[in-house]
Amino acid sequence: MSEWFTLLISTLDATLRVSTPLLFAGLAGLYSERAGVVDIGLEGKMLVGAFAAAAIAHLTGVVWLGLIAAIIVSVLFSLLHGFASITHRGNQVVSGVAINILASGLTMVLGLAWFHQGGSTPSLTNNERFTAIQLPFAESMQTVPYIGPLYSDMLSGHNILVYLAFALVPLTWWVFYRTRFGLRLRAVGENPKAVDTAGISVATLRYQAVIIAGVLCGFAGAYLSTAQNAQFIRDMTAGQGFMALAALIFANWRPWPVLFACLLFGFLDAVAVRLQGVSLPHIGTVPVQLIESLPYILTVILLAGFLGKSRPPKADGIPYVKER
Amino acid sequence: MKKLLLSVVVGTCLPAFVLAADFKPAIVYDLGTKFDKSFNEGVSNGAKRFTEETKVEVQEFEPANDSQIEQAIRRMAQRGSNPIISVGFSQSKALETVSKEFPDTHFTIIDSVVDQPNVQSVTFREEQGSFLVGALAAMASKTGKVGFVGGQDIALIRKFACGYEQGAKYVNKDVKVFQNMTGSTGAAWNNPSKGGELAKSQFDQGADVVFAAAGGTGIGVYQAAKDNGKLAIGVDSNQNHLQPGTMLTSMVKRVDNAAYDTFKAQQEGSWKAGKVTLGLAEKGVGWAVDEHNEKMVEPYKAKMAEIEKAIIDGTIKVHDYMTDNTCKM
Repeated sequence: MSEWFTLLISTLDATLRVSTPLLFAGLAGLYSERAGVVDIGLEGKMLVGAFAAAAIAHLTGVVWLGLIAAIIVSVLFSLLHGFASITHRGNQVVSGVAINILASGLTMVLGLAWFHQGGSTPSLTNNERFTAIQLPFAESMQTVPYIGPLYSDMLSGHNILVYLAFALVPLTWWVFYRTRFGLRLRAVGENPKAVDTAGISVATLRYQAVIIAGVLCGFAGAYLSTAQNAQFIRDMTAGQGFMALAALIFANWRPWPVLFACLLFGFLDAVAVRLQGVSLPHIGTVPVQLIESLPYILTVILLAGFLGKSRPPKADGIPYVKER
Repeated sequence: MKKLLLSVVVGTCLPAFVLAADFKPAIVYDLGTKFDKSFNEGVSNGAKRFTEETKVEVQEFEPANDSQIEQAIRRMAQRGSNPIISVGFSQSKALETVSKEFPDTHFTIIDSVVDQPNVQSVTFREEQGSFLVGALAAMASKTGKVGFVGGQDIALIRKFACGYEQGAKYVNKDVKVFQNMTGSTGAAWNNPSKGGELAKSQFDQGADVVFAAAGGTGIGVYQAAKDNGKLAIGVDSNQNHLQPGTMLTSMVKRVDNAAYDTFKAQQEGSWKAGKVTLGLAEKGVGWAVDEHNEKMVEPYKAKMAEIEKAIIDGTIKVHDYMTDNTCKM
């Protein structure tokens, strides 16, 4: 097998790993924003989720309880965001930023108080985290040229959350475009008044959307601290919530493009890791910082209208006020 | 009468009280966290040892970002702390400013040089320690490929990388050394996910031993090594206990001794400003052998002792990256 092919497989393998948290968070943002609630707080919800997952997995020794804890805590933060921005019609961006600051501070304070390790949780053993699972026939497929490595090295050998994240994309598409709930969700983000006139509660629908967003952020957080890593470290989300938000905007608030945007951003990250210090023929050493900032540059270019038109949901970020 | 009695009591108590209050050592940590199981934690261990022996409490501050550092050092000085240990290269600018404002306070900076009459600068010959673990990595590697993951891309970390590469090449001149830096900002010290990804990319290219000089990011590197059945080398503190069986050794910088000695010297009145450089000969750097890695390194011990001796007596000259900002082999 050529060296380049092996390198490609390992890069794609890394792409899947790196894209997973982006995908969870991106879909979370999708549910929330398509219902008309801007969600800057993805980062913060991931962070509290990561903390809860690692802390509970460590205390109970059961990773699934950690995941459930992550979801509960993340949903609580979502409800806080909902309470401020749906019930009290506050500014959704401000509420989201507050969630991020609260999450960053709270996880550190609680971590210090409970574990005395400078805001980190103790590291988890392999029984206390999500470990790699081998897909069927991965062993025997190994020898088949090209398709073999593609299947057994790239697709197989990830943890369950990775597969779940990718399975959520078609599910989300189905919910959005094939169910009554999805239709109403999209309507409430475009024209809440029409939904209200039809006798459906705007607030209830929006609350449902932010709760779903909370659940998904819980998954993203649990992935960071109990699957990709084996402990919580303060501010370990390192901007991935914002990266997911950029992917959501880049994808024009639609499920399948969200998948591709997250994969693209994940791929750029994986490439940046592998290109560091490598001198390419004709080009020379590539500045890694440039590749790392590409996702943001692409998003800005898109927003500026150079790559087609960015079309956010019409009522995104606007609190619904019932006229009397 | 009562008043008189009170003043007598206060009067007799005062000298002892002043003496205890007079000596207030303080530490301002590097970015990252105090319990990074690495650099900061080493300093903190030195301080803990001092407190246990002398019962003198040490004031501590963990800055959350660059802008807090200067304020933190100034606050400590204003409160009358003396001496103040400033941890890490990123504090040198802040210390330069503050040390001028408090000429009577003694400052010790670890890992950087600040040229002031009231500052002691403690630096380590990291290139020597890195040379040793690089040699060990090359000996332990079966593929002839070893990796290095750095934290923030700064000259100090390149010094680690350069020493490591020289050591690896000394043992096996055909060895391939992969080098990666986590990032170009302070956040690179605290990004275990990225550290793990960098390590995995090196394993994919064939490396089977990886050395991380990356603070909290290193935790992710060691985890990746464990998950993939490879070997890892810790840094600053003895990190062998973190992943027993995976950790080949740790390149230790005795920052704990530096902190302890600073406080002890101040207490005894022998603290002196100026430059202090701790190398292999002064036991300021070295490689860690303990119950977690004893068996793994047994076959290499004799050769390592030989190299150690050669560095100390000058037969092996390890190039220091920071002298000319290039890595000459």
